[in-house]
Amino acid sequence: MTRTLRLDGVDRSFGDRQVLRNVSFEVSAGRMTGFVGANGAGKTTTMRIILGVLAPDAGEVSWGGTPLTRQDRRRFGYMPEERGLYPKMTTREQVTYLGRLHGMDAAAARRSTDALLDRVGLGERGDDLLETLSLGNQQRAQIAAALVHDPEVLVLDEPFSGLDPLAVETVVAVLRERAAAGAPVLFSSHQLDVVERLCDDLVIIGDGVIRAAGSRQQLRDSYTVPRFELVVEHDAGWVRDHPGVTVVELDGARVVFDLPAGTDEQPVLRAALARGPVRAFRPVSPSLTEIFREVTQ
Amino acid sequence: MNVTQATRLVAEREIRVKLRDRTFLFGTLFFLLIAAAGTILPPLFSGGPSTVAATESVAAPLRAAGLEVRVVPDDRAAEQAVRDDDVDAAVVTGPAVLAMDDTPDDVVKALSTQPAVRLLDPDAVDPVVAFLVPFVFAFVFFITSQTFGVQIAQSVIEEKQTRIVEILVAAVPVRALLAGKVVAGAILAFAQIALIAVVAVLGLQIGDSGGLLTLLAPAIGWFVPFFLIGFVLLAAMWAAAGALANRQEDIAAVSTPVQLAVMLPFFAVIFLNDNATAMRVLSYVPFSSPTAMPLRLFTGDAAGWEPIVSLVILLLAAGAFLLAGARVYEGSLLRTNGRTSLRTAWRERESIG
Repeated sequence: MTRTLRLDGVDRSFGDRQVLRNVSFEVSAGRMTGFVGANGAGKTTTMRIILGVLAPDAGEVSWGGTPLTRQDRRRFGYMPEERGLYPKMTTREQVTYLGRLHGMDAAAARRSTDALLDRVGLGERGDDLLETLSLGNQQRAQIAAALVHDPEVLVLDEPFSGLDPLAVETVVAVLRERAAAGAPVLFSSHQLDVVERLCDDLVIIGDGVIRAAGSRQQLRDSYTVPRFELVVEHDAGWVRDHPGVTVVELDGARVVFDLPAGTDEQPVLRAALARGPVRAFRPVSPSLTEIFREVTQ
Repeated sequence: MNVTQATRLVAEREIRVKLRDRTFLFGTLFFLLIAAAGTILPPLFSGGPSTVAATESVAAPLRAAGLEVRVVPDDRAAEQAVRDDDVDAAVVTGPAVLAMDDTPDDVVKALSTQPAVRLLDPDAVDPVVAFLVPFVFAFVFFITSQTFGVQIAQSVIEEKQTRIVEILVAAVPVRALLAGKVVAGAILAFAQIALIAVVAVLGLQIGDSGGLLTLLAPAIGWFVPFFLIGFVLLAAMWAAAGALANRQEDIAAVSTPVQLAVMLPFFAVIFLNDNATAMRVLSYVPFSSPTAMPLRLFTGDAAGWEPIVSLVILLLAAGAFLLAGARVYEGSLLRTNGRTSLRTAWRERESIG
């Protein structure tokens, strides 16, 4: 049975400022879903509502088809945007404590903590007080804290911010494992390149409204006109005058151009071959940054 | 996992962390030393029976009184013995008692005949004790509720300031967090007092002042439930005050009302403890009843039903403050942008709980 985390028509205001308007999207089991939006777009508020830390003014969050309960949420893993653990406790001790708060018995919590600390590379520092760890290591501890109870759903607010590149790789690997094991994983990030590399699905939010949601490929297909890159031997300036072509970028022998949707691109290639050798000709997938710019404008 | 289990986990953590806190451990040790010193040392300093120099003719009544008698040939030898500091006192012809600078009461007593004494109010308390006991009760309640109250507030702020509260609230009901802290505070405070009490009782027995103990026992017996419930009442206020703050630095500002609720009854009990009407009122007011009612029981001013009524009032007040405290706590726990006003916290409960 695939279980889906689903938001349906969620509204939320703070005072007279409405920060979420009719927010609906799904996070599917086994998929990494990237959640992107500008600062203040409503990502953190949405995640807090999923975790029950905030209540929605209207709308509903459901899990596997039924409204979320506190018991469900206890099996969620959450990493809040603003990080923090107890400074005067050791990492091992507090990760174990959080495991127990999520309903594990003492032995299971200890086992899981030991395994996770090794996994995120904190095995040897586990018995140091948290406040003595470097920021990067505290961040790793935070990941362990979110995963200790082997959560069914992961909700991570900016999990990669503050991580060194090595730690990013560790965390990515851990999250992929969880997704592969069937957990829906929702993570927000302002590093669009990281999201692009990682996510299967994408939810884009702007000013509290969902601007786009779907698989990465779907979004690429539906939010951009066909775009191609052509590299020839000499100057590619002639492409400008080819019927239907809109040049996006021209740099000597290299040109990037758009065609109206549904237009055959092969005539452009033939015209290029007629003029001389063609070094490259390929469709260009728009980057996430471009899609993001387009849908949030 | 239900609220009770979550509460227990939270309380366990609070206690474990506290037991590793050096300030707390040294503080406790310090109180224990004071309790031991205050009960054991005074009788030791007062010394044993005096040594007396006397001629054989007057030695008999002195020996009978348990004094250590050194027999000297004559009065001059007796006086010399006192001057040489060989003995504490001497008895010479007269009879007269010689001593250097301090009247040896036990010697005087051994030589006097005392009239029979019939006490018409045998329960009445020694004025010195009557003066000291209110201080002890008021201090114990004041100091412990203050120390542990501040610690509860600090622990609430720590969770807010480090933002771990968001993870906690997602995992367990907010009420369990609050309850765990109050329970842990009460257990620690009570354990500390009990430890000090045990040391004091042992000290009294070693110092042979056991009589005072019998006198104090019923008042202490009542002090325990009053203390516990009174502590819960104040702890709820401290937790709510902590939740209103956002940084440890804010703690003084948000806790002023709580400080007053601890301080005013403390001074009222200290200053008004010989005013029967005032004490009657204070022994029913929830904030002062934990010290005032056991005191009235100690001095024998309160009827048997009075502590029960007062305890019920205190219990109701503690329940009300716990509910109100929980509401403020819930309403402000997740507001991490600056201090939260009591009004906002009261009106806008945030979490689904």
